[in-house]
Amino acid sequence: MTELLVKNACVIDPLRGINAETMDIAIRDGKIVEEVSDAAEVIDARGMLTLPGGVDSHTHICGTKVNFGRYMSPEDMRAGRTPRRGPLHSTSGYSVPTTYGNSYRYSVMGYTTLLEGAMAPLEARHTHEEFIYTPLQDTMANTLFDGNWGIMEAIRDGDTKRVAAIIAWTLRAVKGFGVKLTNPGGTEAWQWGKNVSCIRDPVPYFEVTPAEIIRSIVEANELLGLPHSVHLHCNNLGTPGNYTCTLGSLGLIPDLNKKRQTLYATHVQFHAYGGSGWKDFCSKSEPIARFVDMRPQIVMDMGQVMFGRTTTMTADGPMEFNLYRLHHEKWSNHDVELETGSGIIPVIYRRKNLVNSIMWAIGLELALLTKSPWQCLLTTDNPNGAPFVKYPEIIALLMSKKYRDAEFATIHPDTAARVPLPAIERELDWYEIAVMTRAGQAKALGIQDLGKGHLGPGADADVAIYPLRIDEVDPATDYQKVIDAFSRTEYTIKRGRVVARRGECLIDGSNATFWVRPKVSENYDMGKDPDFIEKFDRYYTVRMRNYPVQEEYLNRNRCIETEARI
Amino acid sequence: MIVKDAVCPFCGCLCDDIEVEVEDDRVVAVTNACELGTTKFMGEKRLKGPILRDGDEWKDITCDEAIRYAADMLLSAERPLLYGWSGTHGEAQCVGVHMAELVRGVIDNTSSVCHGPSILAIQEVGHPGCTLGVVKNRADLVIYWGSNPIDAHPRHLSRYTRYAEGFFLENAFRDRKVIVVDVRKTETANIADEFVRIKPGGDYAVLSALRAIVQGKTETIPRTVAGVTREQLIRVANLCKSAKFGAVYFGLGLTMTRGKYKNIRNAIELVSELSRHTKFTISAMRGHYNVYGSNEVNTWMTGYPFGIDFSRGIAFYNPGETTAVDVLARKECDAALIVGSDPAAHFPRRCLEHLADIPVVQLDPYPNATTAFCNVQIPVAVTGIDAEGTAYRMDGVPIRTRKVLSTDYLSDREVLSRMYALMQEAQER
Repeated sequence: MTELLVKNACVIDPLRGINAETMDIAIRDGKIVEEVSDAAEVIDARGMLTLPGGVDSHTHICGTKVNFGRYMSPEDMRAGRTPRRGPLHSTSGYSVPTTYGNSYRYSVMGYTTLLEGAMAPLEARHTHEEFIYTPLQDTMANTLFDGNWGIMEAIRDGDTKRVAAIIAWTLRAVKGFGVKLTNPGGTEAWQWGKNVSCIRDPVPYFEVTPAEIIRSIVEANELLGLPHSVHLHCNNLGTPGNYTCTLGSLGLIPDLNKKRQTLYATHVQFHAYGGSGWKDFCSKSEPIARFVDMRPQIVMDMGQVMFGRTTTMTADGPMEFNLYRLHHEKWSNHDVELETGSGIIPVIYRRKNLVNSIMWAIGLELALLTKSPWQCLLTTDNPNGAPFVKYPEIIALLMSKKYRDAEFATIHPDTAARVPLPAIERELDWYEIAVMTRAGQAKALGIQDLGKGHLGPGADADVAIYPLRIDEVDPATDYQKVIDAFSRTEYTIKRGRVVARRGECLIDGSNATFWVRPKVSENYDMGKDPDFIEKFDRYYTVRMRNYPVQEEYLNRNRCIETEARI
Repeated sequence: MIVKDAVCPFCGCLCDDIEVEVEDDRVVAVTNACELGTTKFMGEKRLKGPILRDGDEWKDITCDEAIRYAADMLLSAERPLLYGWSGTHGEAQCVGVHMAELVRGVIDNTSSVCHGPSILAIQEVGHPGCTLGVVKNRADLVIYWGSNPIDAHPRHLSRYTRYAEGFFLENAFRDRKVIVVDVRKTETANIADEFVRIKPGGDYAVLSALRAIVQGKTETIPRTVAGVTREQLIRVANLCKSAKFGAVYFGLGLTMTRGKYKNIRNAIELVSELSRHTKFTISAMRGHYNVYGSNEVNTWMTGYPFGIDFSRGIAFYNPGETTAVDVLARKECDAALIVGSDPAAHFPRRCLEHLADIPVVQLDPYPNATTAFCNVQIPVAVTGIDAEGTAYRMDGVPIRTRKVLSTDYLSDREVLSRMYALMQEAQER
């Protein structure tokens, strides 16, 4: 038995409605408990800001395309490297760090749970292998279903239960957590070098539209009782005027779940553009935020862009090709048979570039204009908008009008005429930041009942203690102190052990992987469906028996069983 | 007993539909595999146990002694080289990276002498590729450039291209065109619809000519380019542009000939250019069944696919300096651990002269050319036969190889983990 007592912590724990109360946190054997014995090791938090461990509900850290981003970018690997030291391994990389690099840097910032945003089922084993080498965070993977042949055929036949059955079989086989749609239909069209422009374009051959894919998979997701909602990367990412497509997509979503949203719309900054071309490109954050305000069934994340060099990577292959034609940098693409695809290019977001300046403003606007912080979570779509190490700066920007104005003065001068940002006075408070970086993310992922995102008894003892007293620091003016504190915890505690202290990771951990096994009736077991098996054997290049990811690939196996209604 | 859906641990095709018949812990029959794969499954003449060089003789030693020998060798070396890795499973490769990091060694895999130049080109211009099943189901045009799959990847044609069924092709054999580009008429050229014969060393020029034609600059093309007529170049370019889905597969005939990585860069840029007209992809015909896995493991753990030098504590990558051939040719390394490859059969003489002068430990099931240079050889289980583990197919698809029979041999991962544990212990002392 190991016990730990964090004393005098200034706790913000939004899932329990706790806002800046000074309290003690008792920990036994990796869990939060009511009390511990006198023998417990004591950490005196001295009134420091103490939050549940950070949760990133959309990041790209592990798997085929992430690793290809490293593979093709030795220049990025050279841009951040640390040697082996004590129990720590060496790290490389700035925008796409090695797995240890990701894990250590997230840990130093107080993050303890990460969701990989896009895993191609056929290559799931790769994602899980990298999870093993991401030791200081618990992990889970969104699984891509945007161009799944079996699912599109079932949608064409109007058979939502079969859609659900295929999702159930696949999630179980690949040890996936949630359902991800990236440019639904577009990734299949891209395997012919084509795309869909928005939700009403039919997908070549399959003759289903993105709207039908989204609606049907949202229904299937709820039939399966999955913890997380459908996680959507809308069609038409990154193009001027795409906000109408985004609104159209969000408008498809009924409110089907009492506990959480019915749709998680990711990196909405990239989908909130006005204008008819690059010349009149402008922000449409206002209509999007207003739309989301009225719909509790939608949660989004920011997808904030920050200036500097990064690497863009997404399953949205056609979008990356368009980006390549704009930037003329190196371009990689990787289509995955019967399922999905991906693309990668490096980019530099520049203050002197008008479009980039507008993109920077839009992300902030979404967070500031959306009334409820539970509906707009803090992300950069790491590393697409910026590497996650920029989160502290984003927090400071959201908390300080003064900081925003100072930054605004350095960006392209025409930006002011294209965005509402300068007129927005709102400054988020500590509680709202806690929602946007852990509580809201855990709720949106549906993992609060599994002990994530809060500090109640029974929760996993994942705690972030920041070297900052909120009664002494005014974030509106002392924004540098906010950045410094969120960049480096005083203590990061993972499963009851101190894993990072003042910028140094202390131990080599061992993570848990969360995955979902929906229980379906015999009739909907695709493993026994003759048509499913026949198509698999004929058109995949991997045998059906060799496709599932074995449990050997899970370090600590956290299987979530759900009762499906099929 | 018949094991179904076994995974062939020979080439980068990583065929996973093999049936292996086992009797009395011996493989007696293999179905579906090509000749290369069958030979590997049926392979015998393994070393029985670890051996230590003792003057002109070999002495049998225990596994513990052999592992201790290797750990001591690496710990006392100033600049150890850990080379090979393409012929073992990913779990063993991971331990190898940790070992290299611990002793501040150089870790390199066989791609530095095969598709290393392809990787350098990808690092300059990227890689538009896809999984093999995308080509199987869609491609109406396949180009083999400087590769001869009939000899080197025998089932590539039947599983993924020429003879494969494709979802979007009504009659795949008839509707799919195959072009072979090579300096000689290979076996594969015999089954091609179009054979383009290039004078040796002329690939770069031919690729440039095709790019020019695709860009609409046909008038700049001379009557012949590296022995290829202008008419044929135009015909090939038109076949590419009019294809619905084209796929290029290149081999060492492009990677390791005059121009090297510049050839690959040119080929990738031709494909990027064609992507503006139609769908096109390009991929390397990787050799060892898990050479790509070794690149993947190295990349997620160190940031670089091969040629990683830990001598400064950080991972440092400079192919041409930190690659095995160079480290050996400069007589820099003072000990070598070889896993899952046979450098003595492939490396230049100068490298082997140095290899003969330093302590060498090899993990390999069979006696091979490198055995002659070893101080100790530890026979291990063969991944895919008596050990399981992860391998990455040439297109990046990871598959877990199956164990088809049980033996007493330890797997590479087990041997290396024990070695690493000893090294960690020694370092902590």
